[in-house]
Amino acid sequence: MNENLYQLDACNLLCPMPVIETQNRVKELNVGDMLKVTCTDPGVKNDIPAWCRINGHEIISIEEDGRKIIITVQVGAD
Amino acid sequence: MYKAVSLISGGLDSLLATKLIIDQGIHVEGINFYTGFCVEGHTHAIRKKDKKKEKRNNALWVAEELGIKLHIINVIDEYKDVVINPKHGYGQHMNPCLDCKGFMVKKAYEWILENEFDFIITGEVIGQRPMSQRKETMPIIAEESGAGDRLLRPLCAKNLPPTLPELEGWVNRDELKDFSGRSRKPQMALVNFYNIKDYAQPAGGCCFLTDKKYSAKLKDMWQARGSREYELDDIMLLKVGRHIRPSENYKLIIAREEGEVNYLEGYKKQFTHLRILSHHGPLTLIDGDPSEQDLVLAAQIAARYSQGRQAEQVEVEIKTPEFEAKKLTIKPLSAEQIPEKWHV
Repeated sequence: MNENLYQLDACNLLCPMPVIETQNRVKELNVGDMLKVTCTDPGVKNDIPAWCRINGHEIISIEEDGRKIIITVQVGAD
Repeated sequence: MYKAVSLISGGLDSLLATKLIIDQGIHVEGINFYTGFCVEGHTHAIRKKDKKKEKRNNALWVAEELGIKLHIINVIDEYKDVVINPKHGYGQHMNPCLDCKGFMVKKAYEWILENEFDFIITGEVIGQRPMSQRKETMPIIAEESGAGDRLLRPLCAKNLPPTLPELEGWVNRDELKDFSGRSRKPQMALVNFYNIKDYAQPAGGCCFLTDKKYSAKLKDMWQARGSREYELDDIMLLKVGRHIRPSENYKLIIAREEGEVNYLEGYKKQFTHLRILSHHGPLTLIDGDPSEQDLVLAAQIAARYSQGRQAEQVEVEIKTPEFEAKKLTIKPLSAEQIPEKWHV
């Protein structure tokens, strides 16, 4: 499995834009790839995991750095 | 197995409509369109006072409750024509509900063609909404969207002519509902039947365009610019802060509390902005093209909303988007010196 790490900046976007941006980026990636999404809307702590659960992707970590929330998603098989 | 896509708003009706069809053995996936005007808990959560409210995207939550996939589609650009030129006009405020529903069903129809799904379901109920959910407007939505008889409204299907999924036997019409009117009792009965414990109850609907104050800000922006064009940032900023327009050529967007300050911070590279240096005070963005004299007045207004409002002198920093800064020392305006008509 080829596990590449990609970055997505979704800072200052409000829900559901960070989810949409994540969804669109994940579509371009391969199974096993990692996507690190940086956001500022606290709602992403619920929404990106929810989106991952219903679409078969995995949350690897959720970290906070000041106002920033960094969520790492591993792309699953759709 | 036949496949349907369901327009999931995050509210109760689309949840129930989808559940009825899932229970008939249809493979259902959800679709949710983001127009930029959608009311979400998160938008309200900009404000710190709302921080304790649960922050969740209701459409995602509904999809997870139903165990279905949800496709969230950004339609911000395409939706502009619906808001700017609604064929069927506006509702009570700037809400183009009939055009909006037609647009969303049209997009869903395009989606089912691309993804080889068989039909579309919505949570519409005849008579529930004065503009888009009337017996005479329902065929308009089906026709203008192109979806025709591939559009099924499970909650009121028995009050409408049979659609293709019913005629072909993909779904059993007998198990669909005949809801009508504004009463929520039939929905509540179905909630109890399904033992659903939690669902969103958005007060005032799911769209900012149905909001009187928001609509007034949108009209003000269009009038001041002499154009109805807008970008996402424009319509997002209408949701945030205190908007004061002393003149056609500019307005102030003044953060009301810390959450809004944090949000407006993200726009400092796009807008001239004011910060109160000598006292605790809000961040203020200037939207438009103010003169030097206008900026002095803007500083006096912004200072009015700082803790220096009673002071003889307040120091204000003005920075351009290029971060060229200058400082002004001004006397704040009193509340009486800010005419009511300036408040948008």
